[in-house]
Amino acid sequence: MKKVYVREEYCIGCHLCEVYCVMAHSRYPHDLLKAFKKGDPLPLPRLWVEEKGPLTFAFQCRHCEEPHCVSACITGALQKDTTTGVVTCEQERCVGCWTCVLACTYGAIRRDTKNGKMVKCDLCSNWGEPPACVYYCPNEALIFVERGE
Amino acid sequence: MALSLLTPMFKVERDEELCIQCKVCMRQCVNGVHWYDEEEDRMRCDHKKCVGCHRCVVLCPTGALTVKKYPLEFRENAHWTLDYIRSIYLQAETGGILLTGMGNDRPYPVYWDHMVLNASQVTNPSIDPLREPMELKTYLGRKPKAVEIKNGKLAEKLPPQLELDVPIMFSAMSFGSISLNAVKSLAQAARETGTFFNTGEGGLHRDLYEYGANTIVQVASGRFGVDPDYLKAGAGIEIKIGQGAKPGIGGHLPGEKVGPEVSATRMIPLGSDAISPAPHHDIYSIEDLRQLIFSLKEATNYEKPVGVKIAAVHNVAAIASGIARAGADFVAIDGFRGGTGAAPLRTRDNVGIPIEFALAAVDERLRREGIRNEVSIVVGGSIRNSADVVKAIALGADAVYIGTAALIALGCHLCQKCNTGKCNWGIATQDPYLVKRLNPEIGARRAANLIRAWAHEIKELLGGMGINAIESLRGNRLMLRGIGLNEKELSILGIKAAGE
Repeated sequence: MKKVYVREEYCIGCHLCEVYCVMAHSRYPHDLLKAFKKGDPLPLPRLWVEEKGPLTFAFQCRHCEEPHCVSACITGALQKDTTTGVVTCEQERCVGCWTCVLACTYGAIRRDTKNGKMVKCDLCSNWGEPPACVYYCPNEALIFVERGE
Repeated sequence: MALSLLTPMFKVERDEELCIQCKVCMRQCVNGVHWYDEEEDRMRCDHKKCVGCHRCVVLCPTGALTVKKYPLEFRENAHWTLDYIRSIYLQAETGGILLTGMGNDRPYPVYWDHMVLNASQVTNPSIDPLREPMELKTYLGRKPKAVEIKNGKLAEKLPPQLELDVPIMFSAMSFGSISLNAVKSLAQAARETGTFFNTGEGGLHRDLYEYGANTIVQVASGRFGVDPDYLKAGAGIEIKIGQGAKPGIGGHLPGEKVGPEVSATRMIPLGSDAISPAPHHDIYSIEDLRQLIFSLKEATNYEKPVGVKIAAVHNVAAIASGIARAGADFVAIDGFRGGTGAAPLRTRDNVGIPIEFALAAVDERLRREGIRNEVSIVVGGSIRNSADVVKAIALGADAVYIGTAALIALGCHLCQKCNTGKCNWGIATQDPYLVKRLNPEIGARRAANLIRAWAHEIKELLGGMGINAIESLRGNRLMLRGIGLNEKELSILGIKAAGE
């Protein structure tokens, strides 16, 4: 399946991927200004930029072949879509137990403590292709490709 | 600490209605103009630090930023302009030579803009480049006086030539003065468009040897990065005597820019200053130059053209003639608008002559002496667009070098701070935080697009003149007319006035 990969040698640490991730998951998924000015409370970004010295890269869910988070989920909210391969979370069923957070070997799941729900990358399934972070990456550091792992 | 009398050059204006406090501006500005005031929950800025590079303006996702000239007026004075007053404040504070980057920005006349091109009407048909073949192929190198043909083939082998699909090359910019990603972008673009990039005096990084067929390797006064592999790697060799931005002076790459990669490529110790002397200490005459030209030819088995690059100065025609007689296959002339990674401001702005005059004078002199065929002419240092290229070729150039234009294609916004090493666009810097900002894939795409776009435009202009090969335009000054030029200027350029 196509996934988001980062080429850290070109990641400039601008965090625009986070900004557009917030927009894509807000009440105004195609209007950056309204998303930030009127979208309160703002959703958490589903990916984030890790930084150490000049090394920076954006990071998000790897949509594993056999996702530990899905097997660990106590309510069945987390599912791996059999056709698209995207690991998604049915928000209504998430109870905020954070078992998935513990199970994820990559640390790619975040806790939305305000809403008591987990949040993770959904590859912008409801937004468009490529995902917003890739579409708006100013240096083409993020790419959306099939690598056949 | 005594108060600095320097006032800001620019004013950063932020539209609070548009700012979403995403902090992209703060993260992108290496000069530290922007910062986030947590207590106020808003972005703030220090105008004094702004150099006008526009990085924040371009990256701001909501378009909340503009940069303006700082609205501070001195009492109007035609003689003491802002730049001169600021220079004095700065020198009174530092006691140093003023340094700058890029090319001469003074309001000298731009002679390209005083020349117009011809077009065909009625009596000679114009050509549509979309329907008919149009040739831009250019060969740089020594041409024989006449060719002898035996059995349909050349009887004698031609001297080595550089084959260009378009008469535009990327001028010498060293790895050190610009980032490796910038050099990679130009190398890749040169390969894609069938032309050449030039190593400058920076040596050839090991990753760039694969682009050898599209490389001109430079040998300059510091001899940095020169070894047998280097000379053999390039398609041609250029001896650099002078540079348009700083004729008569050498170069200085400060030690802080000499990291592991630059050090290995230039073959100098890590962290040491790379100082190129003003003259080549083994060249004090045309005879000495001839010796170096032939040493390099000998070292490369007479298989590569060897050229000489000089700055356009007062006696440029005589110097070029000497260079041709010394055995150079091409002479590159850099006009006084030519760019630089660092030069003393007063030298940049006051030394040298316009390339248009230098080119016309050199072409004329070589023709008169009957040796024009022995040397190709490449000009650089002011070419801004395809029309400048066409005018240069009509004035007698074989090809042009573009440096500033190429960097603008990569993202340069001409803030003239190359010498500081703090290029926010990742071009004129070795800072690992900044060099990543230029993705060479994007850079190569943009630089190659520029060459392709200009090639299309050159064909349009040629077609309009009823010419289907760039060869027929070369030195064809009848295709040019002067506007707003005096008799002397017209006679030096060798062109008629508009209406004549």
